[in-house]
Amino acid sequence: MDKKNASILIVDDEIIVRESMKNWLEEEGYLVFVAENGDEALSVLGKKEFDLVFLDIKMPGIDGIEVLKKIKSIYPFIDVVMMTAYASIGSAVEAMKIGAYDYLTKPFDPEYLSMLVKKIISHRSLEKENVKLKERLESALKQVHIVGESDGIKKVLKAVEDVAPTDVSVLITGESGTGKEMVARAIHYSSLRRFEPLVVVSCGSLPEGLIESELFGYERGAFTGALYKKKGKFEAANGGTLFLDEIGELTPKMQVDLLRVLQEKEICRIGSNKTMKVDFRVISATNRDLKKMVEEKTFREDLFYRLNVYNIHIPPLRERKEDIPLLVEHFIKQLKRRMGKEIEGITPQALKKLMKYPWPGNVRELENAVERAFVVAHGKLITTEDFSFLGDRNPELEIPSGISLSELEKIHIEKVLEECDYNISQAAKILDIDRTTLYNKMKKYDISKK
Amino acid sequence: MTFLKNEKKIILSLVDAPKSYVDGEIAEKISVFFKRKVLIDFISIPLEKFLNPIRDQYNSTEILKYFIFNHPIENEDKNCLIVRKDLFIPILTFVFGEAHLNGNYCIVSTHRLCERFYKRVPDTKIFRKRLLKEIVHELGHTFGLTHCINDLCVMHNSFTIEDTDRKKEYFCEECFSELDDLL
Repeated sequence: MDKKNASILIVDDEIIVRESMKNWLEEEGYLVFVAENGDEALSVLGKKEFDLVFLDIKMPGIDGIEVLKKIKSIYPFIDVVMMTAYASIGSAVEAMKIGAYDYLTKPFDPEYLSMLVKKIISHRSLEKENVKLKERLESALKQVHIVGESDGIKKVLKAVEDVAPTDVSVLITGESGTGKEMVARAIHYSSLRRFEPLVVVSCGSLPEGLIESELFGYERGAFTGALYKKKGKFEAANGGTLFLDEIGELTPKMQVDLLRVLQEKEICRIGSNKTMKVDFRVISATNRDLKKMVEEKTFREDLFYRLNVYNIHIPPLRERKEDIPLLVEHFIKQLKRRMGKEIEGITPQALKKLMKYPWPGNVRELENAVERAFVVAHGKLITTEDFSFLGDRNPELEIPSGISLSELEKIHIEKVLEECDYNISQAAKILDIDRTTLYNKMKKYDISKK
Repeated sequence: MTFLKNEKKIILSLVDAPKSYVDGEIAEKISVFFKRKVLIDFISIPLEKFLNPIRDQYNSTEILKYFIFNHPIENEDKNCLIVRKDLFIPILTFVFGEAHLNGNYCIVSTHRLCERFYKRVPDTKIFRKRLLKEIVHELGHTFGLTHCINDLCVMHNSFTIEDTDRKKEYFCEECFSELDDLL
């Protein structure tokens, strides 16, 4: 069920409560109706179908408990949440026994209210609807916008489609800047956990001394400076997805702690002796070779297998250059909206330059380059000159250190041949040697068309 | 800029707050996102009338009502009230802001956007970034956008300052498209 199709009825005699709750829940995207007393509520319930009713316990005339009894006998499938002031907690407990889903004590914590409604609505949707994965996936991809039509990216999208509805752990691998977090988001937003939190933990940027408190949370007074109790990332991800970025940077101690949490599905805040159950899906990502790290014993093998139940590898941009025009078009569209500059596109020459560039920083580098060019561009189109900064530090032009003259000659010949698509006459002309010499050098260096 | 042909405006109404809160980049970005001219106004509201002494917070719904009654706007302009007091709506413990969905008015509180509130060293850059996000979020509601599940979208709900810090100042693809249709 899309939350925009979920109907909620608020029953309260105080106009200010009805108004502010209606306003709040409409901002969340629900269809909201109000009734100011029990009789009106029962009348509205007879005319329209509702998913959830918020019901005040103390109302003049027929009180909340009586209304609840009637709702439960006539419409047993409607979830009812009772609303109460501190003074009437006893009635709330009675309401729970009759069949209320939960009760809220005024004033509500906004986060709790929102989570409660999401929980009820998403559970109902699972029960009532045969959710179409394809539609959900399309919507998720719109959210995160994974752009590309290359075989490489199609493979990634297919993997996201396959793995999203399951609960298995996913390890996303790929060079820096390829979009590992975007893929993780696509999985989360197309999974059944999409209305629950997605908690991102960048393992590489957690300060050594704070890792434990960040992940596990702490109780007030657990250590110097713990002035308040704090939820850790594991707890925050409960019900949703935990995305562990740069998993290869995890310290040996944290590898042990993480493994324990994944195995036992329970945590204990620092300074507490109470354990609590947690339920989250784990997606992790790395640009490092974890298998090699396992062989070198710098990454635990048991943790590796627990995280790598399903692997998605994102190819580097240089291996899917056909996606560059689409990506550039997408970035320009985004920048136009964000900056309000009237730029329509890019010249063919500038695009050619981008297609030739090796993009060692992958999609992230391309995005930054397009943004930089977009800012300096003066005309309707971004030109080659606007990308002059790429030419200044083109990695293709950089000579690796410690290389012999013959190695350098081989690299250069290969590069020119590739640029000419192995047209020998054309390459020989650029290299300013005759065709026979070029053939001989190709033989000497074992160069052939790949 | 051609998109500013739209005669309808967005008014940022500051209550006991300096112009520096919203001028420059904040006003410019709001103008770009919503394709309208942005005006900055200074207004006076007897906020003490709306103080709930038990909660030591100010009722945002009532402030908005008072403001609408005393400052009727023309030409379907959107008006965002910016106050420095801590706001609440009766059913919730606190709010960063409140808006009339598909309406013309919204309100944003700067109280919980300042690092000082979290007992950290104040930082103007962080404060302005948060304020921009909250204004864009509430204005988004007045244009008819509802909360977005994408936690990086400016229309994602903020329950804590960490939520505000995580999200971007602009809309996700889907909300941008929806906004385009609504504008």
